[in-house]
Amino acid sequence: MKSILKATVAAAALVVAGSAANAADVKACFVYVGPVGDFGWSYQHDQGRLAVEAKFGDKVETAYLESVPEGPDAERAIERFAREGCNIIFTTSFGYMNPTLKVAKKFPDVKFEHATGYKSADNVATYNSKFHEGRYIIGQIAAKQSKSGVAGYIASFPIPEVVAGINAFLLGAQSVNPDFKLKVVWVNTWFDPGKEADAAKALIDQGADVITQHTDSTAPLQVAQERGAHGFGQASDMINFAKDAQYTAIIDDWAPYYVHRVQDVLDGKWESGSAWDGLAEGHVVMAPYTNLPDDVVEMAKATEAKIIGGWEPFTGPITKQDGSVAAEDGVRLDDGAILGMNWYVQGVDDKLPQ
Amino acid sequence: MFEAVLLTVITAATPILIAAIGELVAERSGVLNLGVEGMMIMGAVIGFAVANQTGSGTLGVIAAVAAGMAMSALFGFLVLILVANQVATGLALTILGIGFSGLIGEAFIGVPGLILPELYIPVLSEIPFIGPVFFQQDAIVYLGFALVAVVAYVLFKTRLGLVLRAVGNNHGSAHALGYSVIKVRFMAVLFGGGCAGLAGAYMSLAYTPQWVENMTAGRGWIALALVVFSSWLPLRVIVGAYLFGAVSVLNLHAQAVELDIPSQLLSSLPYLATIVVLVLISANRRLTLVNTPACLGKPFVPDR
Repeated sequence: MKSILKATVAAAALVVAGSAANAADVKACFVYVGPVGDFGWSYQHDQGRLAVEAKFGDKVETAYLESVPEGPDAERAIERFAREGCNIIFTTSFGYMNPTLKVAKKFPDVKFEHATGYKSADNVATYNSKFHEGRYIIGQIAAKQSKSGVAGYIASFPIPEVVAGINAFLLGAQSVNPDFKLKVVWVNTWFDPGKEADAAKALIDQGADVITQHTDSTAPLQVAQERGAHGFGQASDMINFAKDAQYTAIIDDWAPYYVHRVQDVLDGKWESGSAWDGLAEGHVVMAPYTNLPDDVVEMAKATEAKIIGGWEPFTGPITKQDGSVAAEDGVRLDDGAILGMNWYVQGVDDKLPQ
Repeated sequence: MFEAVLLTVITAATPILIAAIGELVAERSGVLNLGVEGMMIMGAVIGFAVANQTGSGTLGVIAAVAAGMAMSALFGFLVLILVANQVATGLALTILGIGFSGLIGEAFIGVPGLILPELYIPVLSEIPFIGPVFFQQDAIVYLGFALVAVVAYVLFKTRLGLVLRAVGNNHGSAHALGYSVIKVRFMAVLFGGGCAGLAGAYMSLAYTPQWVENMTAGRGWIALALVVFSSWLPLRVIVGAYLFGAVSVLNLHAQAVELDIPSQLLSSLPYLATIVVLVLISANRRLTLVNTPACLGKPFVPDR
């Protein structure tokens, strides 16, 4: 209900804005699944939009719709943007995939960019980030720093991106301590600060002294701070919430990509494609390493450099939870295997919900 | 271990307990206010903002209560004075609260909050196990229990409670006896709003000391269900709130100790428990009929 109201208000505002003289060369529009105030996923996308505004000034006009539910409402929102003269439209959630393609068919001259999806078209590009690269690094840090040898992982939904994150974290940890244990708690929500906090408390009570999360709020880190445990920021730098507890944060930085793609539209050389970039391209950024001894910081920075140099964390030997071999020694999993990951690596103390 | 779980249960149960006891009073007077979620989220944002600006948690809590009451005053004006439809107005109040709180809270995103201090009750807090669990909490937890006790006493042991229940059960007769139905209901609605605001403050100042949009995440609706669950009896609200808190927290602990139960099933347990209890309660028709306010949700227009 809230999102409908907000979308309506935003749409009304857009109608007003659209009727004003349009002096900009390019209009870039963004559709968000959450409120820009979530301080997580949608917040980071909006930071990217602001970077586009800052970079191009009067040449580019931007607009956004927030809290647009995935489904038929999304199609309406995207189509409205297309009709209003947006030249490029970024749809920033997995569930916008089919609506984006549907609208794109009707507006062949408008460029579309869909985040985290796998279907593209002549005027629909896809883009995503290699968050698992950052998770490998924080896994290493966790294994170095944990006294109990157990980390807790607050997970949202059993989709490939989340599963790959858990696996990358544990592979990183095992590279430091082969016996490292990982407890996983599924909260079945992307965003519920109270529930995330309770999950963090449960994990700490069960012996985890380092926790990490694939949910969007800062609540687990605050619990870590309160309980004297440690953790990592998610999506944005959360150091303000846990100045003694945060080791680092995996930051989603969409700004370089958005600036680059809008530049392409300005230059008239935009082409459809599929971008999947990580640390090397600056789409995934590690926040400053804090509360860590020097040797651990050095290790983390060395791994970061190795990944930027082209090394893939999902390089064998990798053994699946059931004991079968996922990748032989030195063999690198291909992109499809990572993007569609539906198995745990050996050592995860959890049964993957199916 | 058990102590740790219990501590988590208390924090999970407190916000829904406080919001539910407020709504119970409003419903006992015959007004159904579906705007609990909206009042709660307004309490959360105002409480956070004021505590952040003044540096005082106490002022934050007071402001949150005032914010909840202001929202409920708007509701009261619409449904009691203008006789608008209660269900529609309540839903609108929730939408308004969520949207408006996002607007106010924009400046406070990413700002670390103030944490309400825990109050250690002398001597009692030294008792092993019982001490840490019951006597080392923040003020709002104690306030929650006090509220339930006061509401239970006032509703059933005082003249004021008798009048309130009369208004809720038969507003025509209460009016004929000379009681101002509108005035009593307005007060009850204000009380409900104040409690919802307090519950919101607990969310943004104690439970998860921060402000993010939509942070109450549906707890206002759970509070509403809890009132029915308790069949409008205050002491049962405690049972319901703690049962709900316990089941939702145990789900997470069960996963952390690696019990081999699907997490989706565990996540749905609190709701399944609610349904089961509702079925059990409604099986006892007489008890349900005695306690359900007969005029719940019915508009009252005094004839002259």
